[in-house]
Amino acid sequence: MAYDNAEQLEEFRVETRKWLEENCPPSMRTPMADDEVVWGGRNATFKNPESKLWLDRMGEKGWTSPEWPKEYGGGGLSRAEARVLEQELRRIKARPPLFSFGLWMFGPALLEFGNHEQKLRFIPDILKGKTRWCQGYSEPGAGSDLAGLQTRCEDKGDHYLINGQKVWTSYADKADWIFCLVRTDTSAKHEGISFILFDMKSPGVEARPIQLISGESPFCETFFTDVKVPKDQLVGRLNGGWEIAKRLLQFERSSISAGGFGGTGGSGILGPEDYAKQHIGTDEAGRILDGDLRGRITDHRMYAKAFSLTVQRQTEQAKAGQAVGHTASILKYGAAKMNQDRHELLIEALGTEGLGWEGEGFDKNAKKVTRQWLRSKGNSIEGGTSEINLNVIAKRVLGLKEHQ
Amino acid sequence: MSFVLTEDQDMLRETAMAFVRGELPVSHLRALRDKGANGDDAATRKKLAELGFFGVIIPDEPGAETFGLVGLGQILEAQGRTLAATPLLQTALIAASALQLGGTPAQKAEWLPKIAAGETTFALALDESAHFSPYTIATEAERDGQGFTLNGLKKFVPDGHYADVFIVAARTFGEAGDRHGISLFLVPSTAKGVTVTALKTVDSHGAAHISLEDVHVPDASLIGPADQGADILDPVIDRAAIGMSAEMLGSAQAAFDMTLDYLNNRKQFGQLIGSFQALQHRAAKMFVELEMTRSCVAAALGAVDVGKADVAELASLAKAKAGELVHLVSNECVQMHGGIGMTDAAEPGFYMKRARVQEALYGSASWHRDRFARLNGF
Repeated sequence: MAYDNAEQLEEFRVETRKWLEENCPPSMRTPMADDEVVWGGRNATFKNPESKLWLDRMGEKGWTSPEWPKEYGGGGLSRAEARVLEQELRRIKARPPLFSFGLWMFGPALLEFGNHEQKLRFIPDILKGKTRWCQGYSEPGAGSDLAGLQTRCEDKGDHYLINGQKVWTSYADKADWIFCLVRTDTSAKHEGISFILFDMKSPGVEARPIQLISGESPFCETFFTDVKVPKDQLVGRLNGGWEIAKRLLQFERSSISAGGFGGTGGSGILGPEDYAKQHIGTDEAGRILDGDLRGRITDHRMYAKAFSLTVQRQTEQAKAGQAVGHTASILKYGAAKMNQDRHELLIEALGTEGLGWEGEGFDKNAKKVTRQWLRSKGNSIEGGTSEINLNVIAKRVLGLKEHQ
Repeated sequence: MSFVLTEDQDMLRETAMAFVRGELPVSHLRALRDKGANGDDAATRKKLAELGFFGVIIPDEPGAETFGLVGLGQILEAQGRTLAATPLLQTALIAASALQLGGTPAQKAEWLPKIAAGETTFALALDESAHFSPYTIATEAERDGQGFTLNGLKKFVPDGHYADVFIVAARTFGEAGDRHGISLFLVPSTAKGVTVTALKTVDSHGAAHISLEDVHVPDASLIGPADQGADILDPVIDRAAIGMSAEMLGSAQAAFDMTLDYLNNRKQFGQLIGSFQALQHRAAKMFVELEMTRSCVAAALGAVDVGKADVAELASLAKAKAGELVHLVSNECVQMHGGIGMTDAAEPGFYMKRARVQEALYGSASWHRDRFARLNGF
């Protein structure tokens, strides 16, 4: 449906509002509980049955990604309609029905680089939350220098054979499929990389969770031993994977920045100024007693405000056709700094209350902050380190030259 | 709020950028300095008037559309790029805003057309100490039957050394530090009892101390109701801070561009110094700060035009961010230019000197950080 005037758009709004009223279950209009986040997939579990209902209904309409083409199960909405839908979802404070690397990273790349059959095969299940994807990028010897990856992929005539190891594979132990960068030519660096897809249940795939300093294990080491992959699961051309990889990284950096690494940091967690007021106290004018900490909290709050205004500005300018190149690197760098500063300030404001690990004697939310503070240290490493992003800005945006 | 300029605003920006590039490069400020003009530049004022830059926020007829503060911000950003000394901030922004917000119909009818035509220049005589503190006003205005008698000393008044009319913040009630009891007066610089002491300032723009000794002004010179001048002064100062932020953004951008250019040309160890990662990362970080500050300035300018409730918060955000930015970039500009940056023959020093004046006027970064925190309840 193409709406070409304000009246028709208003009609769409009325219909959308009516549909949401009838189809968004009551508990899906409450703040997201940490243990009710839906990642979908073959083995998805739903603590709250209404989460499943909400996902199924939104997935059926393709509204988990409203602007993707109808042909592949997407919502097929125009930009203007999608904005109306966003506004209406916000109006009723609806939870996102699905968290998914498929929606955020892989889907957009496949729509751009995949062939028709691949899109028909994979996109609908991403939209409906039926397949959970993970990202096979980093390797023990290829982190910031991603193009140095060594996982071998050999042409065996009727199939490819994959051997090697990935690391920092987010949720590889829970994912159904992997989009993976592999080496198909050892005589070239960037031009020897291909982009391939396979089932994590394939024989020879093993994912081992890595325990982080936060005590949690969101990442895995993933091993591939003689994994057979059908040839129609190669995306784009053989040895042409680097272009897809870079594009996908832009989607990844944008999705990380848009959320500011979760910005407000989950339900029940207050701002550093609130904890400072609570644990340090205020003067008669309501100012935090520790003037130095107050100043640093203010710096952070200003940075956060400037960051969100920058996201808004760049979104508006992009819509007006005035896109700034490599925005993603600027925002990824800023988002990492913002989230890390925030958590350092939270821990400082909480004092010893923020230094609990587990068990009794500490506030439940404070313990959550402690874990998030440790987790936030990864923000300037994952999805391109801050240093790599500064390199991208220096070279691609500012035009500074390579060292000879 | 819109971060995208209208076609008209965009044209105004292009005109302003081309004008400062062509007519007011940094070498123009240097020439003014070398002949001792102290930022007093009548020839440039005439050109600005011809371009219509003084009337950007003044409607041709009541209710007519203007370019808004967003439009004026583009011109101020342009003049910041080349450090041009103009009366635009004091006259086209501050005086026009004060009269629009608080002036009587007679005052508006008399002064706004003269401002728009560039015929009369103004200066806000506010500060009385070395630090911005808008309610710390001890200058007295006493009722004297046919008006008021003013006594006091105003320090470091920008454009004060050549302005035709001062907007003087004086106390008609209470004590220094009180918000209530401040009144605003229009005082001709030629009035009896006014002594203007021109100051040679580090940025070569000049300024003046203004002494008021038994200066008599009529009732008609009062802007807005007596004692309640802060109701006008507060939004005027916010706009001044926002306008100054736009200027600072321009200065920072120009100093950054100059630095980048140097990094891409200067060779040491057989390499362009811009290929060294230590310098690349510092340049990239400055660029991130520039982009962030640009968003804050644009948001603050736009908020004034649409009358948003959070103008004060955005003004503090913009002034603090722009202050930190121009401080950082002007220092790095000198440092990355190395020995050349220390010479008077090169331009980095001009940016650093002007930056410190820009930072101090209408509240330093630390003043605005404090206010931002207060406005946010901590």
